[in-house]
Amino acid sequence: MLEELYREIILEHYTRPRNRGRLDPADIVVEGANPSCGDEISVYARVEDGVIQDIRFEGRGCSISQASASMMTEQVRGKSLQEVKALIEEFKGMMQGRPAEEGRLGDLMALQGVRRFPVRVKCATLAWMALLQGVREYESGRRTTVTASTEDEL
Amino acid sequence: MPLPADVRKDFPLLQRELDGKRLVYLDSAATSQKPWVVLEALAEYYRTYNANVHRGLYRIAEQATLAYEEARAKVAAFVGARPEEVIFVRGTTEGINLVAYAYGRAHVREGDEILTTEMEHHSNLVPWQILAQERGARLRILPLREDGTLDLEQLDRLLTERTRIVAVTHQSNVLGTINPIRTIVDRAHAAGAVVVVDGAQSVPHMPVNVRELGCDFLAFSGHKMCGPTGIGVLWGRLELLEAMPPFHGGGEMIERVELERSTYKSPPHRFEAGTPNIADAIALGVAVDYLRGIGMEAIRAHEKQLVRYALAQLGEVEGVRVYGPRDPEVRGGAVAFTLEGVHPHDVAQVLDSEAICVRAGHHCAQPLHRRLGVQSTTRASVYLYNTPEDVDALVRGLEKVKTFFGLPRA
Repeated sequence: MLEELYREIILEHYTRPRNRGRLDPADIVVEGANPSCGDEISVYARVEDGVIQDIRFEGRGCSISQASASMMTEQVRGKSLQEVKALIEEFKGMMQGRPAEEGRLGDLMALQGVRRFPVRVKCATLAWMALLQGVREYESGRRTTVTASTEDEL
Repeated sequence: MPLPADVRKDFPLLQRELDGKRLVYLDSAATSQKPWVVLEALAEYYRTYNANVHRGLYRIAEQATLAYEEARAKVAAFVGARPEEVIFVRGTTEGINLVAYAYGRAHVREGDEILTTEMEHHSNLVPWQILAQERGARLRILPLREDGTLDLEQLDRLLTERTRIVAVTHQSNVLGTINPIRTIVDRAHAAGAVVVVDGAQSVPHMPVNVRELGCDFLAFSGHKMCGPTGIGVLWGRLELLEAMPPFHGGGEMIERVELERSTYKSPPHRFEAGTPNIADAIALGVAVDYLRGIGMEAIRAHEKQLVRYALAQLGEVEGVRVYGPRDPEVRGGAVAFTLEGVHPHDVAQVLDSEAICVRAGHHCAQPLHRRLGVQSTTRASVYLYNTPEDVDALVRGLEKVKTFFGLPRA
């Protein structure tokens, strides 16, 4: 049961997170929070020609939220904002129990096991909610730091 | 006066096993387990005399009314109060909100001050924020000392002639700290303020007497003291309750209703609009009987021993940091800690795989956690049915957590 949640790749990303740190300047700056546990995460991204060129995250959280953020940064780098939004949708769908298309989520499939632990779903979606808010803000033409919460409508 | 050895047998849920492992329940600060007698009282009411109170002329309605009012008398005696001073509410949160709404709006004006503390549960902070914002009053905060106790040296500076209300917890739900309510009350009264005490973590665990505390309001929850959820108590000094406007308007709380205006009943009924939570109030009365049968002194002594043992055992676990006072004499049975290198969510998750129930998060005390410099903690909390074996299971569980996340073991 525990192994289903803490898949090896999750623990690996947790102990060796990719793309940790901040970007300054950045086109997207989001502060995400999970009010149920107090975890906070910041996501920074640089966008050029509608493509995420660079992305970083910082903040403290549990293994699930940290691993999910780390895996997210790997997956979205180099993708267009359209593709990123589609990926976020796909990920949200998987977390809500919709069957995911095998190829598209790649390593992220390891987070499927989180679904069986409803409280932890918010941990897994924290970084994704933050990025989604950031992309929306960017597309609206504003460039301010925004906040996102796992309590927001997915 | 030790506890009866078989007290665990009174709690059906504690007989459960999960995946063949004995359930170790260490989350009573969140909610307690319920003894058989309480479960049976609930079923008996619904099965044999379910009727609305205070109105029916038929016999089962009289029986229900009698049982409901008897429960009020039991709860009153439990905290050394008079029955007419005991208002049944949903829980501590509603009790405090009732005071903030009915007493606060009548007495707090622009420029007045409300004093609360850095260790409060959100339920004893947010209602005062709302009141202060609405009235243009100022919220002032009594800070914490490094040892997890309130900095009483700052109390006289923070109490001013504008202070109308002092809101303080009797026992911290995170640090376990038992606050010197009498001292705070004496100084607050000298400054002309009333004192509202959050008794959610104290009333279930130690003898509490409102006359000895000297406070003006005390709120507590039934579900943390072997009773059902959805029922709690606001005790208020009678002369204050008598002078207070109602909280909710509706049936049961009125004397005479005309189209334009109404007159209200005396306390406590003035504050119990609508059909009350009859079944749960009756069951809370039975929970109080149960606790008195065991003895609150004995429960406090048992928990003190357990906390002493838990602090010693946790102190042996490399990487564990416990928050709050070290002396069991000045603290209750909630023990919050962090394990270096592992997030509290992950600690609690692995403990759950060993059928150990603890809480992880900010425990509805975000400002306190900010003060402690952590986002969240893991909290183990004990009650009358916990044993040293439960503490041992927790310590073994923490070693498993460390192994699982690749940390060196002790």
